[in-house]
Amino acid sequence: MIGPIMIGPSSSHTAGACRLALLARHTLQRPAERAKLTLHGSFAKTAKGHGTELALTAGILGYYPHDPRIPQALSIAKKQQLDIVFDAADLGDVHPNTVCIELENRTEKSHLTGSSLGGGSIQVFEIDAFEVRFSGRYHTLLLRHVDQTGVIAHVAQVIADNEGNIATLYSARQKKGGEAMMSIEIDKRLSQYVLDYLTHLPYIRWLRILPEVISGEGHLSGTGDVA
Amino acid sequence: MNLKQLADYPGYGSELILHEEVGEERAAREDLLEKMLLRLQEMRSSIARGLSSDEPSRTGMVGWNAKTLWGADDKLRAPLMKRVQAYAMAVNEENARMGRIVAAPTAGSAGTVPGALIGVGDHLELTDEALVMPLVLAAGIGQVISQRMFIAGSSGGCQAEIGSSAAMAAAAVCELLGGEAKAAVEAATLALMNTIGLVCDPVGGYVEVPCVSRNAFFAVHAVSAAQLALAGLESVIPPDEVVSATASIGRLLPPELRETGEGGIAATPTGRRIALKMAK
Repeated sequence: MIGPIMIGPSSSHTAGACRLALLARHTLQRPAERAKLTLHGSFAKTAKGHGTELALTAGILGYYPHDPRIPQALSIAKKQQLDIVFDAADLGDVHPNTVCIELENRTEKSHLTGSSLGGGSIQVFEIDAFEVRFSGRYHTLLLRHVDQTGVIAHVAQVIADNEGNIATLYSARQKKGGEAMMSIEIDKRLSQYVLDYLTHLPYIRWLRILPEVISGEGHLSGTGDVA
Repeated sequence: MNLKQLADYPGYGSELILHEEVGEERAAREDLLEKMLLRLQEMRSSIARGLSSDEPSRTGMVGWNAKTLWGADDKLRAPLMKRVQAYAMAVNEENARMGRIVAAPTAGSAGTVPGALIGVGDHLELTDEALVMPLVLAAGIGQVISQRMFIAGSSGGCQAEIGSSAAMAAAAVCELLGGEAKAAVEAATLALMNTIGLVCDPVGGYVEVPCVSRNAFFAVHAVSAAQLALAGLESVIPPDEVVSATASIGRLLPPELRETGEGGIAATPTGRRIALKMAK
């Protein structure tokens, strides 16, 4: 709980917000051109005071929470012709610091909802209307796939065969036999070869690898469970 | 691990924290200590920038407090107190200016640990190396507390943030001055117990008022707790029960008093006027 080293003023409203947006940025393969951010609860009420809008924008630009460019993020975004809209809404019975991030470019679209839990810790719980669970503490493999028998076992086997150790795994489907999504947190990044192999499996629709956004320095450095 | 288990450890609390975090392997221990030293140095550079700057924050409510105090006459002839207060505010004014700081455990409470720990260290002319293991203990105390309660002001009020930071700082200062695990946990407990009930009511929603001065007060509060514990004083209520009590009060706080900028001093006529002016 010493850390992160970060640009102020708030570990939850600045550093955590930046990390959520950074993860959202990586759900697209190319940089976003348009972004809509819907803020809930304390995020909506105190966004200006905490630099939340700057931090979210910085994350979409690919900056980490210690980046000295964060205070200028909105003007940098403007220069790069990244069109950002902020909105406030009641997202229901969720953590007070919750944001929904919608990103778009010419060919892709993504939707991510997550919460900033305090001290810079975060949790993502929705991507493209699928339920997920991950923290940004590890490399996260996102797999959108057809709901059929043996998919989870097969993917887990491929990861194990390549010496990937799974920290957490969450899987949910929209309906039986429909589409499903897995979020898998892995101790080290999988090689490109393995990612390519997984991408080409017949039942895989879509694969993304999201970076570890909380510097992997163990629980003492502000990455602990604070919920 | 809970606080009782930490208190029961025969020796310095930081040793148990280090063991729990990285085991006994030498390279891993050195790696973690190096990262802690880096954080300590980051804290020190936030302090240096904060003490020498009077650039106003974005709202203009703070920005010169640390420098002003640092340059003021020490009428109380209490140089330790002045140092601890100035260091703590220096960090939080850097934070309010969107400068670089180390969250401990949060950014809004980031001045307490460096204010107390580096303040006492400098007062006694100790090296940064002497502060590293106490900082490990501070991190560990924060980690243990955070497993049982919210540390965000939006979840548990200011008591959750500044209470955690004061507890972490109290334990660190206690160990720095020779206190073993038992005394350090008592210091943390006394600090937390005497922070209970504090609400999060930042004016206009900015991490400035009362946050900057509050870090000065609670850095001194942490040093007080360390002093009591080093003298052998103990909390009547056991440490883990104090954490639970803090958590339950956090749950009782209405949203107005949890970092929404809608209650307490934020809701005073002047607080509202400032908020309106900033919204324009």
